[in-house]
Amino acid sequence: MKPHLFQYIRAESTQAAIALLEEFGEDAQILAGGQSLVPTMALRMANPETLIDISAIAELQTIELSDGVLTIGAGCRYVDVLNSDLVAKSAPLLCQAIPYIAHDAIRNRGTIGGSLALADPASELPACMLALDAVIIVESKDGQRKIPAGDFFQGTYFTDLAENELLVAIEMPEIASNQIHKFYEISRRSGDYAISGGAFVLTHEDGCIADARLAYFAVSDCAVLATKAGEALVGNSLSSEIIETVSDIAAGEIEFFADLYNGEAMKKQLTKVLTRRMLTKIHDGMN
Amino acid sequence: MSGPYENTERHTQFVGQDKPRRNAVRHAHGRGKFVDDIVLANMAHIAFFRSPYAHAEIISIDVEEARNLLGVVDVFTAADITDICTPWVGKLDHFPGLRSPEQLPLANGRARWNGEPVVAVVAETRAIAEDALELIDVEWQELPAIVGIDNSRSADGPLVHPEYDSNVAFVMELTAGDSKDAFANADVIVEDTLELGRQTGLTLEPRSIIADFDPSLRKLTAYHSTQTPYQMQDIFTRHFNLSEENVRVISPDVGGSFGMKLHVYGEEMAAVAASIRIGRPVKFIADRMESFLSDIHLREHKVHARMALTKDGDILAMQVDDATGIGPFSVYPRTSAMEGNQALRLMGAPYKMPHYDGKLTVLFQNKAPTCQYRAVGHPIGVTTTEHLVDLAAKKLNMDPFEIRRRNVTTQDMYPLKTAGGYILERLSHEECLDKLEKLMDYQALRAEQAELRERGIYRGIGIGAFIEITNPGPAFYGVGGARISSQDGCFMKLEPSGKIRIAVSVTEQGQGTETVMAQVAATYLGVDIDHVDVITGDTERTPYGGATWASRGAGIGGSTVMIAALALKENLLEIAAVILQGDASKFDIVDGEIIDIATKRSVISLSELGRIAYFRPDTLPADYHPQLSVTRHYVPQGTPFDFTNGVQASYLEVDVETGIVKLLDHWVVEDCGIILNRQLVDEQIRGGVVHGLGGILFEECLYSPEGQLMSATMADYLAPLANEMPDIHIAHCETPTNMTPLGAKGVGEAGTAAAGAVVLNAVNDALHPLDATLRTTPLTPERILTALGKI
Repeated sequence: MKPHLFQYIRAESTQAAIALLEEFGEDAQILAGGQSLVPTMALRMANPETLIDISAIAELQTIELSDGVLTIGAGCRYVDVLNSDLVAKSAPLLCQAIPYIAHDAIRNRGTIGGSLALADPASELPACMLALDAVIIVESKDGQRKIPAGDFFQGTYFTDLAENELLVAIEMPEIASNQIHKFYEISRRSGDYAISGGAFVLTHEDGCIADARLAYFAVSDCAVLATKAGEALVGNSLSSEIIETVSDIAAGEIEFFADLYNGEAMKKQLTKVLTRRMLTKIHDGMN
Repeated sequence: MSGPYENTERHTQFVGQDKPRRNAVRHAHGRGKFVDDIVLANMAHIAFFRSPYAHAEIISIDVEEARNLLGVVDVFTAADITDICTPWVGKLDHFPGLRSPEQLPLANGRARWNGEPVVAVVAETRAIAEDALELIDVEWQELPAIVGIDNSRSADGPLVHPEYDSNVAFVMELTAGDSKDAFANADVIVEDTLELGRQTGLTLEPRSIIADFDPSLRKLTAYHSTQTPYQMQDIFTRHFNLSEENVRVISPDVGGSFGMKLHVYGEEMAAVAASIRIGRPVKFIADRMESFLSDIHLREHKVHARMALTKDGDILAMQVDDATGIGPFSVYPRTSAMEGNQALRLMGAPYKMPHYDGKLTVLFQNKAPTCQYRAVGHPIGVTTTEHLVDLAAKKLNMDPFEIRRRNVTTQDMYPLKTAGGYILERLSHEECLDKLEKLMDYQALRAEQAELRERGIYRGIGIGAFIEITNPGPAFYGVGGARISSQDGCFMKLEPSGKIRIAVSVTEQGQGTETVMAQVAATYLGVDIDHVDVITGDTERTPYGGATWASRGAGIGGSTVMIAALALKENLLEIAAVILQGDASKFDIVDGEIIDIATKRSVISLSELGRIAYFRPDTLPADYHPQLSVTRHYVPQGTPFDFTNGVQASYLEVDVETGIVKLLDHWVVEDCGIILNRQLVDEQIRGGVVHGLGGILFEECLYSPEGQLMSATMADYLAPLANEMPDIHIAHCETPTNMTPLGAKGVGEAGTAAAGAVVLNAVNDALHPLDATLRTTPLTPERILTALGKI
């Protein structure tokens, strides 16, 4: 379990990292927290010739709130986001989600950008970005692109990120006073990949749901938004009948993918239960 | 000198005290020294090209490109080392009919499991060796893989070994009484088929060895993470044609073993072969994926079992048909028949069951070999028996405590022979059951369970009794022809300072062996425990012995140390008598001082005695030769094993919508005889319970239908983690054995023996109102929801 020989370069700035990506092209990989890449290299499943380490770039590690938009630098570690008062206030979904991500040792090193760029279908953060309607900011020598999360995640370990682009930040709207963030996952052991997980952002007006973004992870080939289930909630209060209906719709509209221990039927059943439990908790919290 | 020594018993009685592991502080400081911490000059590293197939013919192997890579020292296949290493066969004479083909360190002609080592590469670094593996080109012809137990048993299916007429490695049948008649006349019969999933060992420190062969002396020094340095000394001697006195096996700190580190593995043997070939030290450290692929696996069983009872709930008989899949070979030198043998013999063992028919079928497969591991066979025997007992209790509408009280063997019956053929000296089932019922507040739990059920919360209570095999005697391996010692030895000396140094043949893998040996020596010599230094794990520096496995360390090793301590004490009292011109019988040793028994006053310290005896023997009478060290050996006597017993209980909640099991509480009441160190005993039990809980809920070596191991990383193989573990409450009964001078039995298997069984029973108890029964382990959420008809 030793990686191939590789060249290691520590980039001192975003611009330097982008220049290195141009220089080394497809043979290079960005090293951020290394929590997925390094084990994959040890197993020789990933064999980059050059690692561009961005972990020392301070400008990628900022968290800012401006004009109702929260911007999180891609280099922020899970633990930085978890401990940020700004995030707790303006995007509580993330603070609910991060304790579910693996264990302390991994949360101390793994980065937000690393998780999003990898796009593991079982990972918590892509679903959070879908639910938050976040925008992924990527940068190359040609400048920045702002990609809606819904367009960014395209499949298992597959995103819209081009080879010469660096994921630099994520923007998301600040939580509104009539919004509710809810995160939950069902797993066999704490810190495991979920059997099914959900990240919900609900907007309510006059006791009814005005908008619902129900995102799921660990159930399909990438994080998915259950749009039909979300639409079914709009205009309704969270009665137990509606919750049951919406849970069925969500379980019906997702294309489930099995994992090593859980078949598609299992994923479907647990997604239904998860949806019902999350919406019930939200309902209980509203009253 | 200080005042008189009152309460001399208390001063010297370290046995029975809680003493933390004496090496814990060193490990906490990061000063452990494991094999991988050892770096020798000129050391090379070995890595293995492994079979990507479960079953395939090797057409050709091309290693030229690998050999030419800069930094590669040697590349070899099985054919290249047949003149260095003789093949081995995993058979024992007392398992007549057991068959298994010859094995070499590397696959020879045909690979028989996914991950079997095929080519060895030795290089200046492990990374270079792994680079070279990618340059090896093997041409394969894939063959059909035999994976499942039914697959292996099928009469007209493919064969693992074409030279055999079937995939059966061994068949054993046991009979007691007349079970046919008992079943014919039974009021109640329960039966079921259990499928128990494959686990693996998962020690924190992986398998490791540095083989250092010195061609100038033809001397092999092996730094080896093993439980059994003497067994390995013998194996290296015989299979590499060396002289026994020229083979030294050193086991430095060993990070867990659990039975996984006492088998012969191809990789370690190849490392020795490599060192002999190149005349340099060669290091092998299994990485985690190699561990999953090539460490022994365990406990893949499919058991069909029936139990016959009277209408009053008396167990009359069991009939058991147990099939186990062991992979392609019976593992050398202890065989892969032992697990099934013990499982079959442990069926119904806590109970007054007069009639029994058991059949064991051991089957070859194209998966990693299975062999002995913590609580060998126990979980299979206990889970099967206790599942049937609970099925019977439900059918008879009896309480699980009541049916067990009614059936356990009782004080008036000992010594007795179980239906499976084990001789029990004396157990304490009734006392343990009573203690458990109080400890867990059983009636209150039942009330809570009933109340919660009304609210749709499904909690279950599971109970299970067990007996545990410990202190194996000479009839275990020696009679089968294996050169595995059943005796142990202890060398003990007085240092000039008055301190004691002992070297003993039982070994330490983190369980506290050295602490317990120091306690026994301190107690029986009469010195402070901190004045006893213990050396283990080096065949050149310690007496020859069996070492540590099958819960023999404390009982047998402790007895060895005890008789050595008593012998040295006698010598020291005699020396004191000579120095003081007194009568040895009037003296005793307390706290490192020779005291006058009558006055309880110190007459001379051991340090002063040491000074005189070592440096001023001229002051002693002519021709007097003080005997300042002793060596003693101890052979276990009496019954073939010292059995312990106990009972466990689990309280848990099943989420019937998700299939997730939440363990709420776990209790163990256990009787290991005289308790030498309660803290270490309790932690043995807790660790053992966690092993059992891992097996019943999480751990499974998952193979694809093609025989590919799917769960070969820590992300995919689910080990039990602290967050999911319940509190484990422990209480003891103490029924000493008269078979050893110390009265202590073993305790290493007890926790694992029944932890899984009581969780299975608790889950089935929880789901009883929903008419669902689990019978396949581990109890995954998917299996639970399937049983509930939810998916």
